[in-house]
Amino acid sequence: MRISNLTRIGLGAAACAAALLATANAAFAAAPPDPMNSGDTAWMITSSALVLMMTIPGLALFYGGMVRKKNVLATLAQSFGATCIITVLWMVIGYSVAFTTHPNAEINRYIGSFNYFMLGPMGLKSINPLAGTIPESVFMFFQMTFAIITPALIAGALADRMKFSAFMWFMSLWLLLVYCPIAHWVWGGGWLGTLGALDFAGGTVVHLNAGTAGLVTCLVLGPRVGLGNENMAPHNLVYSVIGASLLWVGWFGFNAGSADSAGYNAGMAAAATQIATASAAMSWMCVEWLVGKRPSVLGMISGAVAGLVAITPASGFVNAQGALVIGLTVGVVCYFAAVWVKQWIGYDDALDAWGVHGVGGAWGAMMTGAFAMKAINPSGAPNGGWLHDGNVHQMVIQFYDVAAVFVYCAVGTFIILKAIDWTIGLRVSSEIEVEGLDINLHGETVHG
Amino acid sequence: MKLITAIIKPFKLDEVREALSLLGVQGMTVTEVKGYGRQKGHTEIYRGAEYAVSFLPKLKIEVAVKGEMAEAVIDAITAKAKTGQIGDGKIFVTPLEFVVRIRTGETDSDAL
Repeated sequence: MRISNLTRIGLGAAACAAALLATANAAFAAAPPDPMNSGDTAWMITSSALVLMMTIPGLALFYGGMVRKKNVLATLAQSFGATCIITVLWMVIGYSVAFTTHPNAEINRYIGSFNYFMLGPMGLKSINPLAGTIPESVFMFFQMTFAIITPALIAGALADRMKFSAFMWFMSLWLLLVYCPIAHWVWGGGWLGTLGALDFAGGTVVHLNAGTAGLVTCLVLGPRVGLGNENMAPHNLVYSVIGASLLWVGWFGFNAGSADSAGYNAGMAAAATQIATASAAMSWMCVEWLVGKRPSVLGMISGAVAGLVAITPASGFVNAQGALVIGLTVGVVCYFAAVWVKQWIGYDDALDAWGVHGVGGAWGAMMTGAFAMKAINPSGAPNGGWLHDGNVHQMVIQFYDVAAVFVYCAVGTFIILKAIDWTIGLRVSSEIEVEGLDINLHGETVHG
Repeated sequence: MKLITAIIKPFKLDEVREALSLLGVQGMTVTEVKGYGRQKGHTEIYRGAEYAVSFLPKLKIEVAVKGEMAEAVIDAITAKAKTGQIGDGKIFVTPLEFVVRIRTGETDSDAL
């Protein structure tokens, strides 16, 4: 009796389970589960806003404080203007070229499709396979903020002497012809990413790229009028300290956000970022203390930015010890690039776009090859790096990445600048340059 | 009447002002100025770029006093603004022809 009852209960339960399964199957067939993860999405919207904050007001103030008082508004206008025009261009075609897949696999090695013109196919529930747990709208926005800051960084090299009209054309053409293809090569499914280049958040795509463009731009433009004779000291380093600090805070969106999710990977990237930044600020400060006798405020914040740059490609692939070494070394490397090499060769990279972003980005990319660990990012760096996993070949791949970005960017930037120079002209007259860009280009000045 | 113009190191202002108040000086004008003398300037270094700053910040004090007070005022400023280092500044004394207090129309020593 007892047994038969149990059997009956068992049979009943089995029937119920079968019925439930059938219902569940029917439900799955009707609507597959939504892959969108709300935690990831929340973090990525936050990250996008943080990265936007890096450009306005972070970078704007960082650069604005370093120029002379007569050019501060013009410098702020460059960051703000770049933000606006790049947002629109990214929506029109930039995202499509960088982050969608071209139907022809051979062409896709170099450039994405044009299908997302005006973001036409992007619907409410679109998801880009490159970031599978967040809405495509968020991925597009996140990458947009990267596309904004990269060209805006170049402004450090051309400060005090480019026409605003030429600047806006330069930003637009450079975004579409240089940034978008390189972003596709490394992150969008192109040849460098396929080759195995490790660039977590943009050591080459963003910083080496912007730095190289800065180097070419300051060579094409020539030095500022009065360089070497006039006092070109920063007019207000307080702005620069505020700007650098906003960059630092915003950079957690940049690096930890580049995990495209909120989890272990993002957490390690955030920790590595903090450690490398502080240690680079310390090492720049110490070198300056030894060589120049005094630890300057500008030196400390420059070191911090150099650390942020160098850990950018490595965060997400390295552990805390790797981050420390990357930070300590890049502070010294960038100090010599910005202070010694610039003077020695004599190019007028006014605010050190090349010395900090170019050199720091290249150094970070190579260090990523050295310190990347399979144990830290098994899916992103399946072969690991040189020092921990014995994968010496990674150093070669990283070098390809650095060399390819440098060469393509340098040639592309040169052609764009020459084209603008031949059509509307790049540089303001020396009269305007001496009198100041604020009053002449924008009709405003800073009072008080 | 004398107009006493003193160029002093900025951090000495409070001591000078207190000393002059004790002497009975009723007012003074202070201006932030820049200049150079034997102290020359200094250099500032930004990422290796060295700039010579030839004009250093100083304060200019102007005090108008009766002729008989001038010596005491000059002594007080000299005593209080002195550090013994190059760059302590200078005192210039000029004769004052005429003074008017705008509110009342009083003139000369009544206006001081």
